Amino acid sequence: MTVSLSFAGESLVPLACGGLYWPAQQTLLVADLHLEKASHFARRGWMLPPHDTAQTLAMLIDAVEATGARRLVCLGDSFHDRHGPGRMPDAARGALTRMIASLDWWWITGNHDDASAGTLGGRAVAEVQLGPLMLRHEAEPGDIQPEISGHFHPKVRIATRLRAITRRCFAVSGTKIIMPAYGALAGGLDCGDPAIARALAGPGAAVVREGSHLLSFPIAALQTADLA
Amino acid sequence: MPLPPAIADWFARKGWAPRRHQLDMLAAAQAGRHTLLSAPTGAGKTLAGFLPVLADLAQSPRDGLHTIYVSPLKALATDVQRNLLLPIAEIGLDIDVETRTGDTSSDAKKRQRTAPPHILLTTPESLSLLLSYPEAPRMLAGLQSVIIDEIHAFGTTKRGDQLSLALARLQSLAPGVRRVGLSATIADPESWAAWLAPHGEAADVTIVTGDPGADPDIEIMVIDDRIPWAGHAGRWAARAVMRRIEAARLAIVFVNTRAIAELVLRDLWAENDHSLPIGIHHGSLAPEARRKVEAAMASGRLRAIVATSSLDLGIDWGDVDLVIQMGAPKGASRLLQRTGRANHRMDEASRALIVPGNRFEYLEAMAARDAVAAGELDPDGFRPGGLDVLAQHVLGVAVAGPFMAEALYAEVASAAPYAGLTRAVFDQVIDLVATGGYALRAYDRYARLVEAAPGQWRLAHPRLGAQYRLNAGTIVEAVTMNIVFGNGSSPGGRRLGQVEEWFAGQLRVGDSFQFAGLVLEVTGSNGADIHVKLGRGTPKVPVYAGGRMPMTTNLAVRVRQLLHDPGRWHDMPPDVREWLELQQLRSRLPGPDDVLVETFPRDGRWFMVIYGFAGRPALQTLGMLLTQRMEAAGAAPLGFVASDYVVAAWSLNEVTDPLALLRPDVLEDELSAWLAASPFLRRAFREVAIIGGLVERTQPGVHKSGRAMSVSSDLIYDVLRRHEPAHLLLGAAWTDARYKLTDLERLAALLEEASRAMVHVRLPFVSPLAVPVLLTIGRESVGEDANAALLIEAEALIAEAMNIPGQVPGTAVR
Repeated sequence: MTVSLSFAGESLVPLACGGLYWPAQQTLLVADLHLEKASHFARRGWMLPPHDTAQTLAMLIDAVEATGARRLVCLGDSFHDRHGPGRMPDAARGALTRMIASLDWWWITGNHDDASAGTLGGRAVAEVQLGPLMLRHEAEPGDIQPEISGHFHPKVRIATRLRAITRRCFAVSGTKIIMPAYGALAGGLDCGDPAIARALAGPGAAVVREGSHLLSFPIAALQTADLA
Repeated sequence: MPLPPAIADWFARKGWAPRRHQLDMLAAAQAGRHTLLSAPTGAGKTLAGFLPVLADLAQSPRDGLHTIYVSPLKALATDVQRNLLLPIAEIGLDIDVETRTGDTSSDAKKRQRTAPPHILLTTPESLSLLLSYPEAPRMLAGLQSVIIDEIHAFGTTKRGDQLSLALARLQSLAPGVRRVGLSATIADPESWAAWLAPHGEAADVTIVTGDPGADPDIEIMVIDDRIPWAGHAGRWAARAVMRRIEAARLAIVFVNTRAIAELVLRDLWAENDHSLPIGIHHGSLAPEARRKVEAAMASGRLRAIVATSSLDLGIDWGDVDLVIQMGAPKGASRLLQRTGRANHRMDEASRALIVPGNRFEYLEAMAARDAVAAGELDPDGFRPGGLDVLAQHVLGVAVAGPFMAEALYAEVASAAPYAGLTRAVFDQVIDLVATGGYALRAYDRYARLVEAAPGQWRLAHPRLGAQYRLNAGTIVEAVTMNIVFGNGSSPGGRRLGQVEEWFAGQLRVGDSFQFAGLVLEVTGSNGADIHVKLGRGTPKVPVYAGGRMPMTTNLAVRVRQLLHDPGRWHDMPPDVREWLELQQLRSRLPGPDDVLVETFPRDGRWFMVIYGFAGRPALQTLGMLLTQRMEAAGAAPLGFVASDYVVAAWSLNEVTDPLALLRPDVLEDELSAWLAASPFLRRAFREVAIIGGLVERTQPGVHKSGRAMSVSSDLIYDVLRRHEPAHLLLGAAWTDARYKLTDLERLAALLEEASRAMVHVRLPFVSPLAVPVLLTIGRESVGEDANAALLIEAEALIAEAMNIPGQVPGTAVR
């Protein structure tokens, strides 16, 4: 794991799965798991494949094993709605509670879920300060201290010579990192969207982990070069 | 059986006599037979279809719904209403005729369900929705007949599947209902009779054939005895085409794609010395823009209109006396249909002019003209009905009321497209509708359908009915972005129309492109809107020529016969003739049933040209698979290009064994792998997921969520492929992608033919027949500035192929 990002004096490692590992703190950060999104839709009559929770958790378990993280912080919207934990299939619930028990687990409350994830274990908080970094669900543009958040599900579309390629990305400015959504069925918002520009509170870049490379695209350059 | 006196008097007063096929329709109706009428344009098909209805209601007036008429277009339903009301009034009949389409107010629709008119004019979508109301059985119980207009526009599509299922439902609710199909001239009336009939029994359908109209007068444009080497859409002939338009009263200039329509309009304007009013009509224009053009055409304010297939169907919009087909017509039926748009009087010859874009297109134009003269039309490719459409239908049935699975299965299997449906698959479809059809059974508690008693299913919640009605229909629009005049700061900029997202994705600020007959420059974007201002000069972004219909198999056979029959060559312009003669001398001509493969070096690369004549989609697919195999075989492929006729691939190393590259097992393994990774399958999945009721349809005007949904159908696809690869809707997407997007059957036939009769010719240089496709290499990516370089290159290529005397001809290896 050699590709790291220097942010507020800390070295952070963006993972291909969409997690962000902080070696100095042995902490894995993930945002917007949106667990039980499919069953939320099913309840309303749209029978989306009921495999999203299992897939998201499998990815999370792999990331914990690969990084050796001791602490895990979920930056909000961990469940797609506050009834999500109640709808979780037994197998997935078992896997999640086992993982929670083995780690120092923090749930930050998002706008989709409330603190209901805390019923499964771990600590549910509104936001948390870790070292020099503030971790919260939605960025506060006016806050000048370094901050890592989720909420916006940034993605980036890059027009290559042959075709346009879309990827989930980290939106990074001088004082903010907005993490990509981790959930299998969580959609995305283009990082050129004004909402993300406001949240970044300054010029930003779309950072994409591609294999062993860490690619960075200045968002302003993408915007003038590419519409979609 | 004579006409009722009131109607006979009306004919007499008009000084008309009923035509033979109109009386045949009446006789078939009185014998209680299902009927299929196939007659040329201008033969009075609509009146023939409705005459039995008017006669019956004249003889025994009564209340209640008598006949449902189904049209492929809302506009056609409105047009027919106008054309029916006049004779009804003149005959003095008390018959109500109403339309029921997406434009009908919900109040009117509600009233129609309790107090229906005698005749209801509708579309397949509105008919299906009507059937989902609990009042439907009472409303339809006395129905006498259902008339399907332009039936040939339906049969092989998902709309056709939907309509066929609706007919099966109608037949259950009103067992005596007579099915009547109206069609343009079709290749195979028997197959269509089977499609129309309950249980696919063609014998239950009386086929009435209209007298043929005067033979159309089809000319192929040749200027100064020359046809260009390359190009398509006949743009080289714009000046001559403009002179023909000047000499005509009203001309329709048909092109094969929306993008080409824009280019042709621009070419014509450049030659329009008298500033004649010329309009444009295609499916990407905003509806109000289309209506304006239609109105201008009907009122005689236009002299010409450049149109795509959006004008193919039978609405009479003006006194057209000339049809011009730019580029090859791609099919005999299509040529005949388009030709029929000129001159709606069947006893006068319709006049049409084909402008071939290149020499292969010249051959194709000849083939199409021959086929029309021989009355040999293209057969329609019937295929099994879509399971996504069936799922939607099952939900619609449940919305109307509880159903027995056994009875519904029998009803569905009576619809021709579903004749081969097994009970097991039908039960899977019910499971799909009920809980999504997943192995985990995770959603039993959220089921949309519940088994109330053994074999009896009902809707779990009434709100699902509203959900069904919002999402019904089989037409799934591509995700689009709006083209809007203005910079977006002033709201309410004029909307010009829409472009598909993939096209929008390649536009950058400052780029110019052609749309709605204008050169537009991109100034910015916001959400689903692309802001534009008027641009100048030559558009920078090349327009995409995709979405073209491939040349039909029939025409392909005829083109190969023309190539192989020197007796026909004297009918061709001298330069086409010379081209074929030199090909014969320098290489060889593709035979009527072999597969010619040429290989030759050029510019430090090796070229391989396969004369497959299988249509562009099939050859494009072959090109992708070929380059994969060439890679594996160490040939170091660099690229390929495909047309309707040939595929050419080039590589660093020579291909010495083309037969190995064409082994049919390519279809089993590589095609599956390639398709699974391609965007085709994702697009196909999006369509079946929407039609099949897995995800919510974007409502018109809500483009933002359209984009969001496009993403989420991709995410769903990924999750499903990984965890449940055998899911019913993935299978349905595969089937769609294979049939629709890659013309798999034609590719399979080509590979089979190659394994039997491939002829490999090694040449020291490019052959004459290979020149047209080689000239298209890289054209899309080169701007106008490079014209000079391109011309020099083309000149060298052609000289090499044609003018070097005394070289050794290629050696044939069989």
